[in-house]
Amino acid sequence: MLKHILTSLTGGPVTEAAPAPADPALAELAGKLDKAAKARLGRSLSIREVDAGSCNGCELEIHALNNPIYDLERFGIRFVASPRHADVLLVTGPVARNMREALVRTWDATPGPKWLVACGDCAVSGGLFAGGYACVGPVEEVLPVDLRIPGCPPRPTDLLAGLLALLETSAAR
Amino acid sequence: MYGEEPLFGLLNRIGSPVEGHRPWPRYRLGRDGWLRLIEGLAGNAWSLLGLWGEPKAVHAAFREDFSGDVAVVSLDCPQGRFPSLSAVRPAANRLERTAHDLYGLTAERTTDPRPWLDHDAWDVRRPLSEQPAAPAPNPGPYTFLPVEGEGLHQIPVGPVHAGIIEPGHFRFTANGETVVRLEERLGYVHRGVEGLMQGKPVAEAAKLAARVSGDSTVAHSLAFARAVEAALGIEVPARAVWLRALMAELERIANHLGDIGAICNDAAFAFMLAQASQLRERVLRTADSCFGHRLMMDRVIPGGVATDLPERGAGLLLELVAELRKRFPPLVAIYDGKASLQDRTVTTGFLSTELVTRFGAGGHVGRASGRDQDARRSPGYAPYDELTFEVPVLTEGDVNARVWLRIREVEQSLSLIEQIVARLPAISRGLDYPSVALEAGRGGEGMALVESFRGEIMTWVRLDGEGVVARCHPRDPSWFQWPLLEAAIGGNIVADFPLCNKSFNCSYAGHDL
Repeated sequence: MLKHILTSLTGGPVTEAAPAPADPALAELAGKLDKAAKARLGRSLSIREVDAGSCNGCELEIHALNNPIYDLERFGIRFVASPRHADVLLVTGPVARNMREALVRTWDATPGPKWLVACGDCAVSGGLFAGGYACVGPVEEVLPVDLRIPGCPPRPTDLLAGLLALLETSAAR
Repeated sequence: MYGEEPLFGLLNRIGSPVEGHRPWPRYRLGRDGWLRLIEGLAGNAWSLLGLWGEPKAVHAAFREDFSGDVAVVSLDCPQGRFPSLSAVRPAANRLERTAHDLYGLTAERTTDPRPWLDHDAWDVRRPLSEQPAAPAPNPGPYTFLPVEGEGLHQIPVGPVHAGIIEPGHFRFTANGETVVRLEERLGYVHRGVEGLMQGKPVAEAAKLAARVSGDSTVAHSLAFARAVEAALGIEVPARAVWLRALMAELERIANHLGDIGAICNDAAFAFMLAQASQLRERVLRTADSCFGHRLMMDRVIPGGVATDLPERGAGLLLELVAELRKRFPPLVAIYDGKASLQDRTVTTGFLSTELVTRFGAGGHVGRASGRDQDARRSPGYAPYDELTFEVPVLTEGDVNARVWLRIREVEQSLSLIEQIVARLPAISRGLDYPSVALEAGRGGEGMALVESFRGEIMTWVRLDGEGVVARCHPRDPSWFQWPLLEAAIGGNIVADFPLCNKSFNCSYAGHDL
């Protein structure tokens, strides 16, 4: 354990730094997101994730944003446990009808100003589940959507790109 | 506990085999035969593998764990009723309630007749039956089991939980800090997968199978593909068989690493999550470089695989194995040496061998409680019959055992990846990628058992004469693990629920379908 801590202290951060040549897209996004986040929200954006019928693929990649490689919190963006603490609802899934009421209630519990991001193909268009008896389809049929991040599931870099786009959109309001 | 009679002995007496069901037989039973089967189940240790409905029939699959024999039994129910198996196989209960909600089949003398997936939120009742009905005009609230006693209070949690987790409802009844009863209510992420698969060409249905549970996308795709291939009697190219196993083992390692980190995090040891999630990311990136998708979704398809391993792939995989072999053991040593962590995981969330056997629970839940069952070994499938690996089994049955089970399985999977890379057959001449086309215009019934990281998946499929999916039932391992979580948390404190829940890590999506 002590050895691990020493290695961590002396080895430098594992977080992919802004100009990491191995992953230029991520590096580019990291710099931009930082500036926009500061301008709009004073280094703070709280996200509440709501699974409205996802296969859990999106959740896995959203989780990855919190690992030390992507380290979302360095931008001041963090996931919170309650919608009452949130600025943004990040919604996945084709809105299973069994989840519809819970989703709407979660949105109602979120204080304004607030934004809603539809994450993944299912939330954006209903995906493969559109048209069935059990799903409503795209999230926008239930709640106003500010931003769509397609992908099945979106990669962590896509998610970062999406959050940047959200910051720019919301700043323009 | 094992009765005198072999499974096939009884089925040959009480049923008649159905043609064209592969690779294991299917028997059609009459109502009397079904009742005899229930008697037989009471005296034998056959595991329930699944139970699923059709508009006028119900099917169930069993395995005689002892011999590895597998069989499907079917009962026509023109009146929409069948004698319930729930008294002799409690794990059948939620599946029977599902058959009721989707197909309108009533289980007679069931131990629990409440609805399960139908939350009165659809525009229709019995959506997959021949005559769907209008929704109930004034649906009442769901009735939770009554709890009585002095000093008890209830804590309702969910469906939206505090975290990046799937939705479900947990109703705790506690006496002070101690959980007296947990009752689950699931079905919130029911997407109607089985209904959507009906009438779809195999290639489209395969995409739905890949999204039954995103974390087991490779395993579910593999189970669906192998069931279709069994139904059609197709052999896939040898290289595809080995690449499938390669992807399945990568998926197993990635999920186990994620779980080990997350379990420790729920015991307030965030260090392990930070470390293990880096290793997980490393696995996903290698998967991405090798197969073009971090979760390898839609890469296993009926007929073979959708992508070949690039030339540099073998090198990348061996590098990955070498790096994990270097970085994983120190983390294991830390887990083993932290008394504060062991204090949370040892003896927490205990589950007895008797219970996992009664529910036929597999994966880390079953094997950490002494149930020695792994579909890769029994009934077994290619290429695992040619590979050397151990199936770790522990008997402690607590959170700690479920962590160690995962640690041991990561080690086994690393060895499997090395073996597969070393022996990967070359691509057949004339193929762009290792896959054969499915012959159009053929039908049949097939079934497959596949070991996902979570446990055994059973997928059953019927293709009609046009090669279109007539009925498919993918049964996630979570079906037989969720009910046991209710038992494991009993007597623990409420604050240990996240720890117990994460040590199970059941799939909501895979269960709710």
